[in-house]
Amino acid sequence: MVPEDTITEDGRKIGGVVMEMKNITLRFGGVVAIKDISFDIRQGEIRAIIGPNGAGKSSMLNVISGFYHPQEGEVWYQGKRRPPMKPFEVAQQGIARTFQNIALFEGMTVLDNVMTGRFRQMKAGLFAQAIWKGSAEAEEMKNREAVEKIIDFLEIQHIRKTPVGRLPYGLKKRVELARALAAEPSILLLDEPMAGMNVEEKEDMSRFILDVNDEFGTTIALIEHDMGVVMDLSDRVVVMDYGRKIGDGTPDEVRTNQDVIDAYLGVAHD
Amino acid sequence: MFYREAGDFKTSYTDDSQTFPIKFDRYRYYVVLIAAFAVIPFLINDYWVNAVLLPFLIYSIAAIGLNILVGYCGQVSLGTGGFMAVGAFAVYKLMTAFPEISIFIHVILAGGITAGVGVLFGLPSLRIKGFYLAVATLAAQFFLVWLFNRVPWFYNYSASGQISAPERSFLGVPITGAQTAPWAAYLFCLVFCVACALIARNLTRGMAGRKWMAIRDMDIAAEIIGVNPLKAKLSAFGVSSFFVGISGALFFAVYLGAVEVGEAFGINKSFLVLFMVIIGGLGSIFGSFAGAAFLVLLPVLLKNTLVGGLGWPTDLAAHLEFMIVGAMIIVFLIAEPHGLAQLWRIAKEKLRLWPFPH
Repeated sequence: MVPEDTITEDGRKIGGVVMEMKNITLRFGGVVAIKDISFDIRQGEIRAIIGPNGAGKSSMLNVISGFYHPQEGEVWYQGKRRPPMKPFEVAQQGIARTFQNIALFEGMTVLDNVMTGRFRQMKAGLFAQAIWKGSAEAEEMKNREAVEKIIDFLEIQHIRKTPVGRLPYGLKKRVELARALAAEPSILLLDEPMAGMNVEEKEDMSRFILDVNDEFGTTIALIEHDMGVVMDLSDRVVVMDYGRKIGDGTPDEVRTNQDVIDAYLGVAHD
Repeated sequence: MFYREAGDFKTSYTDDSQTFPIKFDRYRYYVVLIAAFAVIPFLINDYWVNAVLLPFLIYSIAAIGLNILVGYCGQVSLGTGGFMAVGAFAVYKLMTAFPEISIFIHVILAGGITAGVGVLFGLPSLRIKGFYLAVATLAAQFFLVWLFNRVPWFYNYSASGQISAPERSFLGVPITGAQTAPWAAYLFCLVFCVACALIARNLTRGMAGRKWMAIRDMDIAAEIIGVNPLKAKLSAFGVSSFFVGISGALFFAVYLGAVEVGEAFGINKSFLVLFMVIIGGLGSIFGSFAGAAFLVLLPVLLKNTLVGGLGWPTDLAAHLEFMIVGAMIIVFLIAEPHGLAQLWRIAKEKLRLWPFPH
């Protein structure tokens, strides 16, 4: 069953299913990290995955981005079943992500970092690049222009030529988002984009996430601990606990779900 | 004063991404090029070419090659000597088998063959990292030298086991053999050196270089944004070995003329080139030149001052050289891991603000 296109309250269009996880089970030896979880991600929506520590959220994201291969279950992407893939093949299919603890290239400048995100658009061979003049240069300049737009969008123009290693934490997070965006992904995975930020930085980041979704129509799946942020940003929320799915639906539905309340507040054992 | 970027506005991304964005740097670079091609050939004699310029140019090429692998892609290699030997033997076999083809093409082909061998020995890098990879490339070093010693086909069954370059000329000018004029050998190597530096620069400022640096800085993140680690690492090994092979070919054919493999391309050579890269600066083309210049000039300088000036015995000066180079490496590793290139960069930063640093 394909859900019809829906229009959200703020006028964004949410299309059909882009990615569907079907009965995913992931085990590490005897430890079951994810147990029989199914959910879908629809075109243009902001989908949040929440849950207490150790619930299996990050493992779920790693399954999507190809780091882990689930023992059972299927990943369906753009209407096709996805065979087990290496992370770089997943990236080449248009799934970009950021990490909980920043994974930038510290020795490179911000511009170079964001430019690495453009690998999908840059095809010049080694020989063309060695000669530089001609096709390689033209391609470089074309992509530079696209990257500059993203740099502009995320307001990091002033640090363009700064090596990433010298930047403060909040800016690094933003650069990482820029790099993921530069790939023009069809799904953007954000692993705790607001971890370790102060209120102002969180507000900035939330604004950027909403803007990205609004402006480029990028589908976003994010993991976040800050409940307020999740409830405000996302269209639909998956709640996990101990590797199982205990809730799925709009923020309002999830908020009133008894299982979710129990998982977060704890429940009295008689 | 004159070293300024103020007022030098870039209006296109092409301008912004050129090699020398500051006007003064650009002009200095042109002056150096003109001097190297049009002035130096008229001034030099045999001593200058053989003691200073040829080793400097040839080691620069090797250092650029190794810098691509170690400095840009982060894959430690101790096999440089072995790969230089591949270049030398490849050019020797080509020169003797196809005497009618230009030596210029032979040197390039030797680089290509070395690139192939480099890719082969780069395969372990997909599984192992760091020290373990260094040991794996060490195996390449010993295996290649052993191979060229033991298989007579490589040295054309000569009785001594040595290879010696037959006389070949390029555009009617002898390049190898006893008839070579100093300026001809110099210019021949200079052309290769400049071409290699340009290619290295172009590769490292484009997508290939970014992929290598991504692998160096964080291989998991590189993979997640879509860099195929297999292709990136092997291309680094290939390009690096191409340069190293060219330098080996020139080292044998143009510089030494006759070579015994264990002596010329032993493990010492691998370390020497690695030291050049470390002292010069990892991840910098300029650093490769600086490191090569430093380690080529230092012995000459010491010899001239200590033996020539102070009248010390030669062996004492030679031992002192070892100690100084060793101390330099330790000092650089501790105080300035980015090498001479970083010192140069800092000097330029300071110069930019001079004389009003506030």
